[in-house]
Amino acid sequence: MKPVNQKAWLLILPVVLCVAFSAILPLMTVVNYSVQDIISPERRVFVGTEWFKAVMRDDDLQGALLRQMGFSISVLLVEIPLGIALALSMPAKGWKSSAVLVLVAISLLIPWNVVGTIWQIYGRTDIGLLGATLAKLGFEYSYTGNATHAWLTVLLMDVWHWTPLVALLCYAGLRAIPDAYYQAASIDGASKFAVFRYIQLPKLRGVLMIAVLLRFMDSFMIYTEPFVLTGGGPGNATTFLSQYLTQKAVGQFDLGPAAAFSLIYFLIILLLCFILYNWMQRVGTRDNSGGNHG
Amino acid sequence: MARIDLELAHAYKPHPQRDEDYALLPLKMTFNDGGAYALLGPSGCGKTTLLNIVSGLVKPSQGGVKFDGADVTGRTPQQRNIAQVFQFPVIYDTMTVAENLAFPLRNRGVAADKIKQRVGKIAEMLELNGQLNMRSAGLAADAKQKISLGRGLVREDVSAVLFDEPLTVIDPHLKWQLRRKLKQIHQELKLTLIYVTHDQVEALTFAEQVVVMTRGRAVQIGSASALFEKPQHTFVGHFIGSPGMNFLAAQVNASGVSIAGKRVMEANLKLNGDDAITLGVRPEYVTLAAPETFGALPATVTQAQDIGTYWLITAHVGNGDGALIRARLNPEQNIPHVDEVVWLNIVGQHTCFYRNEELIA
Amino acid sequence: MDERRFKKRTIFLILYLVFAILPVYWMINMSFKTNEEILSTFSLWPQHFTWAHYKTIFTDESWYSGYINSMIYVAINTVISLAVALPAAYAFSRYSFLGDKHVFFWLLTNRMTPPAVFLLPFFQLYTTLGLMDTHVAVALAHLLFNVPLAVWILEGFMSGIPREIDETAYIDGYSFPRFFLTIFVPLIKAGIGVAAFFCFMFSWVELLMARTLTSVDAKPIVAVMTRTVSASGMDWGVLAAAGVLTIVPGAIVIWFVRHYIAKGFAMGRV
Repeated sequence: MKPVNQKAWLLILPVVLCVAFSAILPLMTVVNYSVQDIISPERRVFVGTEWFKAVMRDDDLQGALLRQMGFSISVLLVEIPLGIALALSMPAKGWKSSAVLVLVAISLLIPWNVVGTIWQIYGRTDIGLLGATLAKLGFEYSYTGNATHAWLTVLLMDVWHWTPLVALLCYAGLRAIPDAYYQAASIDGASKFAVFRYIQLPKLRGVLMIAVLLRFMDSFMIYTEPFVLTGGGPGNATTFLSQYLTQKAVGQFDLGPAAAFSLIYFLIILLLCFILYNWMQRVGTRDNSGGNHG
Repeated sequence: MARIDLELAHAYKPHPQRDEDYALLPLKMTFNDGGAYALLGPSGCGKTTLLNIVSGLVKPSQGGVKFDGADVTGRTPQQRNIAQVFQFPVIYDTMTVAENLAFPLRNRGVAADKIKQRVGKIAEMLELNGQLNMRSAGLAADAKQKISLGRGLVREDVSAVLFDEPLTVIDPHLKWQLRRKLKQIHQELKLTLIYVTHDQVEALTFAEQVVVMTRGRAVQIGSASALFEKPQHTFVGHFIGSPGMNFLAAQVNASGVSIAGKRVMEANLKLNGDDAITLGVRPEYVTLAAPETFGALPATVTQAQDIGTYWLITAHVGNGDGALIRARLNPEQNIPHVDEVVWLNIVGQHTCFYRNEELIA
Repeated sequence: MDERRFKKRTIFLILYLVFAILPVYWMINMSFKTNEEILSTFSLWPQHFTWAHYKTIFTDESWYSGYINSMIYVAINTVISLAVALPAAYAFSRYSFLGDKHVFFWLLTNRMTPPAVFLLPFFQLYTTLGLMDTHVAVALAHLLFNVPLAVWILEGFMSGIPREIDETAYIDGYSFPRFFLTIFVPLIKAGIGVAAFFCFMFSWVELLMARTLTSVDAKPIVAVMTRTVSASGMDWGVLAAAGVLTIVPGAIVIWFVRHYIAKGFAMGRV
């Protein structure tokens, strides 16, 4: 396997320093806040795990967490298959592939607040294309009044916004499969589905792992787009975790609970990513010994 | 199993003008049922293109391919029922060795017990039976290539099995073992095998018939001895053999054949008229001669190497500035020293004559 | 049968592209309408075509300097991200060392911190360092999520390059820096292209940190845009025009790296 070389630390030192500079000090600050009651910048009281307990008891938080889980899982269930399908259908070479690549990538390049704003108009039944079309088709569509509609609109917006990320990664992964694999499959008489199942999907494992984790993390932290689109409403149908956190930290200036909340939030993502990461590692490499053959 | 007839050409461009526009110049060729063939040539000579045309991965721009007289030019590899093994092992990572071997059969709806029996047989032949239930992704390169070979051989009814330099990634000490295995399999299964390689030893030991190719042209088809004794083209003489054939520019006129102004041969019916030709003789047939022997040339030795079973003498005609001649000499005779002038006999029954690179006599 | 399959894929692709383009079209459409028209009537193309919104952006210094500011910190960020990620990715792909797996996962965890969590601490940190309202501040803050991503992607590409190449170069007497820059980097051009695109993209569109760490001198376009929300209501047209213009630099970047993406990458490790 790979040779052991402790000097390799010198190569990763710049990265560690760069990231630590932006990560460790702020993280320590947050930890610091989370165990104090900050009445004013001069008056602080150590409260131990008080805030953590309070946060854990918070029903609104639990609601937001459930909504967040539901949202992130839906995002993965829609965007990953759609992204793979899109990558499979994108042309492999020629000017068409360049044109399609640029068109597909456009949504990624729009600032997140603009994404929210555009969809805000786009979804309106009076002046937006999506809303007007739905209304014409006879749906009583309203992303501001109907909680389900609001939730679906946020999901649709996210699918529109981020599926290209999955597709680009998968596209790059697909292009890396040598032609010999397709030729061998054609000689072995494999069906299109078998080609996908036994060649393309296994070869995409690496990029899919990046795509799934990235989409999971980012959707779990989604803030700007739904905030601009629905403001978390109607009611709190689209109030996701980070919006709830921001309300706490900025809106109410509850630094202590906000910090405790942040840490819990971070740990939840960390835990879920860790589970996801290990699960995906296993799925691709499990040993089929004793499996059926012949 | 099938007899394969080719009559085709393949161009890079839609309207080829020059020879360079062709990957394969127009050719006509037949592979007999149950034969073992090798396509031999340097890289870029068109041998892989030819192989891919036979398998159906590439469609020729002109002409077609016939299997047992039936035109299959438009058919896919699957319809042609071809098996092909590639230069680098292609395995299905997520499957076990057994599942890999069973894959071509399962795709064709073969019954489960039949599959099991075939997989068992092929695995035994390739000595893979100990690894049948292992994940194929974790195996070494040679085991992976054996799986690829196995997938090619597992179907009994294939028209032909094609190999595209299958031993490139295999360690040298395993190469001869796998090659012997292939030969054995050929004798056992009586399949039509076509083997692409740039290694003459591989081609000559594996195949009954070798097709030598260069620059998009098949210059000779023949057995190992034909390629050695009567190369149809100077390229064959040069490419086959170690070292390759000696070629000497010669002049034909009424009085006979002369090289560098020295007459070495009487006039001959096949070589008449004033003509510039090339004389070719293999190093194996160059012998030492007494000075001034008719048919011999004086040459200055520039190198004498002991190759083990023979000595390789490199000499230049005249004072050491003329044409190069190599000779393989038996170590029991007197080996000349460097800078010694020796007479080398180059004309004999094994000497060939070429005009414009083609054999004329 | 192949033909039909091909057609199905093409139809799917076209449908997706329509789905992808329509909101963008609507934005472009809006950018050429007057605000009255945007809010009062539904129209598939501008009835009262106007360049006014673009004019606003190109003549108002706070608008166009927003673009320049964004480009400056995005460029700084992308360069630093790649510069530090390249050697690190090489180390991860080539050697094992104490804690390598932990460091790798720790790097990833930094992509998992909700930006909202760090806003206040960041504000305090950069104020203390006197970096507030500078391009460097935003560029440094964005390293938090871009460096791990760049390491991750580059490591995948590098794992696809056989180790024998390194060994041959060392035997031929290359020093590590010379080998790395003259042999290795050209081999993973594709990976660098893809990583650069992702760094550019994530830094370009990020709003929260960029807004928190700047006020005037380094104010990025994404933050300037929030200005369109005012007491008198939103200036939809200008926002749409600004949105259209934010696509342009990214589209140029992807045009340059498109061949690299199309070359593909086989992920070794993950």
